[in-house]
Amino acid sequence: MRKYVPKDDVQKKAYYTDRFWVAPQVPKSPVDSDEVFAADLAVIASKCEVLDAYIQVGQMVVIINPDDNFKVAQILKDECAYNQLSECSAIDWLAKKGQFEVFYQFLSMSKRKRVRIKCFIDKDQAVESLNPLYRSADWAEREMYDMLGVKVNNHPYFKRILMPDDWVGHPLLKTYPLQGDEAASWYEVDRIYGKEARDVIGPENRDSALVDRYDTERFGRLGHEVSRGEEYNKDQAAKPLDYQEEGGVFALSKFQEDDAVVITDRKR
Amino acid sequence: MAQHQVNYTQDGGLPVALTSVDKIVNWGRSNSLWAMTYGLACCGIEMMASGASRYDFDRFGTIFRASPRQSDLMIVAGTLTKKHAEFIKRLYDQMPEPRWVISMGSCANTGGMFNTYATVQGVDRVIPVDLYLPGCAPRPETLQYAVMMLQKKIRSEKAGKSQRQKRLV
Repeated sequence: MRKYVPKDDVQKKAYYTDRFWVAPQVPKSPVDSDEVFAADLAVIASKCEVLDAYIQVGQMVVIINPDDNFKVAQILKDECAYNQLSECSAIDWLAKKGQFEVFYQFLSMSKRKRVRIKCFIDKDQAVESLNPLYRSADWAEREMYDMLGVKVNNHPYFKRILMPDDWVGHPLLKTYPLQGDEAASWYEVDRIYGKEARDVIGPENRDSALVDRYDTERFGRLGHEVSRGEEYNKDQAAKPLDYQEEGGVFALSKFQEDDAVVITDRKR
Repeated sequence: MAQHQVNYTQDGGLPVALTSVDKIVNWGRSNSLWAMTYGLACCGIEMMASGASRYDFDRFGTIFRASPRQSDLMIVAGTLTKKHAEFIKRLYDQMPEPRWVISMGSCANTGGMFNTYATVQGVDRVIPVDLYLPGCAPRPETLQYAVMMLQKKIRSEKAGKSQRQKRLV
């Protein structure tokens, strides 16, 4: 049996723990093993502080101070020919370290190399926008804010990108429940009908296994159709499923299956 | 002056059919259900296939319209996200009465496999639904059957009465 873990206050804690298998880290190799990366790192290290650097799966990872992110991106773009920012986002390490990891993935088309710049920021710390250098940072940074709540300074149009503007919370945080918090579960009701309609519409049914064959509010049973909310007569035999009434429809005669002819000879 | 040889008063020769107002109005309504294209996800592909020549919705009088103001029927085909919920309500309100809604597929019925924060757990939380069509995704013949069942439902309604409010709010 699995060990009992008290579930009080479970919403405030990160639900992700190492209860499951954790993939081992990919082996790291020193930056010296690749000439191109070594030269790039030397350029970065000459102007900014480099906390750590290594090569993983053929890509150089450089960890820097969060204040230097714009400067490093500028160096990479102007001096090292990394002309594309392919991805930028953040990872929630709040439970483990109390920090977000912000990463920027750069690609050099001429060198055919990829570099990842990482920095760790505190929960309410902001990073500088890379939008003046790379246009792809525009939406990526908005998504980073939308999903994780990481704020970005000097962004030209800083608002949510995926979730609605009046959404509460940031869904990719580890503390955010998968099925939504209180605000999320009532979002569409509050938005359309107002809070007073909550009682009428009722809470969401999140139990995907719930089936009540006698519940006529939510389910219709084939052959036993009644009006919504009406009681079933459980003893009654099933009515045949038919899309036409017994007497046929106005101007149409009822289809009689017995009178139908099945054509087997295709050349008839 | 022409001499008509047809005796209109005999042998059903009179070009008049007697029926009730309900029947004739519902006959018209049920056989010209103009559906609004509301493909939200993969069910939308099945809905398009139903409209295309192989399954041919036109023979039931179901013609897809791109405007809510020209349609009687909304086939909600796909996953409704919470961000989109207010737009489905707005488009539903723009449809002229009488109007009907088919909720097509598991996602539209209950949220389906998307038991997550961003998915509306059934379109009936937002708009009233007449017919739930199960399946993931339902095949075109299933959708045709659903439309025929809806036609049957329409034929059983009172034509003169304005539509009853299907939901309190």
